[in-house]
Amino acid sequence: MASISLKKLNKTYGALTVVHDIDLEIADKEFIILVGPSGCGKSTTLRMIAGLEEISGGELIIGGDVVNDVPSKDRDIAMVFQNYALYPHMTVYKNMAFGLQLRKASREVIDQKVQEAAKILDITHLLNRKPKALSGGQRQRVALGRAMVRNPEVFLLDEPLSNLDAKLRGTMRAEITKLHKRLNSTFIYVTHDQIEAMTMADRIVVMADGHIQQVDTPQNLYDRPINMFVAGFIGAPQMNMLPSKIEKRGEEYVAIFDGRVLPIPQNFDKARIAPYEGREVVIGLRPENFHELAPADINPANLAPFEAVVDLAEPMGSEIHLNITAGEKAMTVRVSPRFKAGIGETAKLIVDTTNMQLFDKETERSILY
Amino acid sequence: MAHSTIAAGDTPVPARRRKTVSKRRRRVQDALVAYSFIAPNFLGFAVFTLGPILFAFVLAFMHWDGSNAMSFAGLDNFWRLFEDKAFKDAFWNTIIYTVVSVPVTLACALGLAILLNHKILGRDFFRTAMFFPYVASLVAVAVVWNMIFNPEMGPVNMILYTLGLDPKNMPGWAADRHWAMVTVILFGVWKSMGYFMVIYLAGLQGINSELYEAADLDGANAWQKFLYVTVPQLGPTTFFVTVMLTIQSFKVFDQIYMITQGGPGTSTLVLVYHIYNEAFISWDLGYSSMIALVLFFLVLAVTVVQFRRQKED
Repeated sequence: MASISLKKLNKTYGALTVVHDIDLEIADKEFIILVGPSGCGKSTTLRMIAGLEEISGGELIIGGDVVNDVPSKDRDIAMVFQNYALYPHMTVYKNMAFGLQLRKASREVIDQKVQEAAKILDITHLLNRKPKALSGGQRQRVALGRAMVRNPEVFLLDEPLSNLDAKLRGTMRAEITKLHKRLNSTFIYVTHDQIEAMTMADRIVVMADGHIQQVDTPQNLYDRPINMFVAGFIGAPQMNMLPSKIEKRGEEYVAIFDGRVLPIPQNFDKARIAPYEGREVVIGLRPENFHELAPADINPANLAPFEAVVDLAEPMGSEIHLNITAGEKAMTVRVSPRFKAGIGETAKLIVDTTNMQLFDKETERSILY
Repeated sequence: MAHSTIAAGDTPVPARRRKTVSKRRRRVQDALVAYSFIAPNFLGFAVFTLGPILFAFVLAFMHWDGSNAMSFAGLDNFWRLFEDKAFKDAFWNTIIYTVVSVPVTLACALGLAILLNHKILGRDFFRTAMFFPYVASLVAVAVVWNMIFNPEMGPVNMILYTLGLDPKNMPGWAADRHWAMVTVILFGVWKSMGYFMVIYLAGLQGINSELYEAADLDGANAWQKFLYVTVPQLGPTTFFVTVMLTIQSFKVFDQIYMITQGGPGTSTLVLVYHIYNEAFISWDLGYSSMIALVLFFLVLAVTVVQFRRQKED
């Protein structure tokens, strides 16, 4: 059992607090990803779990025991470092065996575990090489292997893919996910890349300025962001944030953005919206909420025309990312590769507000959740 | 294109040949420019280093007292080495000095560097204090050293006395045949450990701290981290320090001149001191050059071996 609890966990350097009262429950065998911009405290949090950083306040509980003062080596964890941190003077085999040697495992056990891990990671042919003779991807595998041989209850991974090129990152993402299933242990993974977070995690912890913003499954974070930070951080291209005004038209509410009337879906909680009637809010619309033609499968009540000037078209092959300006607000929308509109021309789009987000302008919190 | 390279009035030269000629000229020009940059430095080196070295090589096979005419000596000077008891003593004393002072200085420098790499109170003060002997005037510190280690009135023996050591067994330091070598080695270690500490400090700061964190997680204690991370990571630094220290030890002279003058007897006579004696006391420049030649090949051999071993690693 290796469930992990963070209770009011704090990290301060003198007067500077970098992690503020973090509460988090991580279930046994869960793959959890801490994500946020640099300096948000995610790595510090991971390093506190690893025991590499002293805990300034609060409690860290691993498998039911408070481990605040337990040294790293006795926490039954293994860590994969951003720069791999392989011992340069040791061969791959020795790098992987080192932890077991220090723990006085027998030579047979060490050999069996190293060979087993090497086989899983497909690095058997590299065992006699030194790290400097390996490519970035191979080093990454060795770093994973070094963590694996000890069969730890918890794996900590600190931006493990950030030094790899884009293509390799894609394959390693899939491999790490598979590895998690196979090893059946808890993974805590830190990244600043929301794509890694979305594709790999059971649950994502979004952090900013040393605070947890939201903890949820990737899809829930995408569909129901709790504030503007999460809404903007998750999803690429970013959600478009449009300053608007809420008005009541008959029984229904609408949002007015730069003269355009955007229907607020009827299934939204009216009690939550009512206090904002006549007030300025921020509405969030994802790039894929815009279309060239009205989609047939969407309730027509949630559709509205949306005209905007095209600034730039970025063809991605499967789609075009269109940078447009509406009411002096720069936006990005995704349209089909067949879409034709010249730079400077007005594009006639249809907006689908079914998944619209509404945020309080002052607190930046979601009005809906 | 070909016709354009033929200027009016010139005898026509095939374009290709012209090109190779100009290419060659260009290469010569480049080389001349490069040599002109090296020249000032090389001239100084040639006049003050290379010339004297070559001259010493020649002198080793000559008889010369510095004022009368030189005469060819053949291998006389070489055979004389084997009959000269002072040379034999100097040779072994140099080996002993090197074999003891190199590892001791290295260990002290590394120990100090590790100690002063931690964030301890007064770290900058101690770093400066440890470096001080290296920059201080050797003559001045040798005088102080002689006072501190004075067998009758020096504070070192006073402390030993208060610690209960029998005055009859008190070390005589520089005045004692058995302790004189220890004294000059101690002085050498003390004088140069600060300098090599600074080099080790730079080496320590170049070690990726993630390696220590990885070792922490792997379960290494402080000693194991030193053994499996620090020592191998400092490999290139240690190599440099060893080579420098070895060469420095083979060349040891000034502290012996200041503290013991090679004595008592020949107990601290080293090769360079012997060279000095033969050259400027006895004015036998030929023989002293032969000893210098021996020293040269000794240092060369040791350094070559060290480089070979480094390459193997």
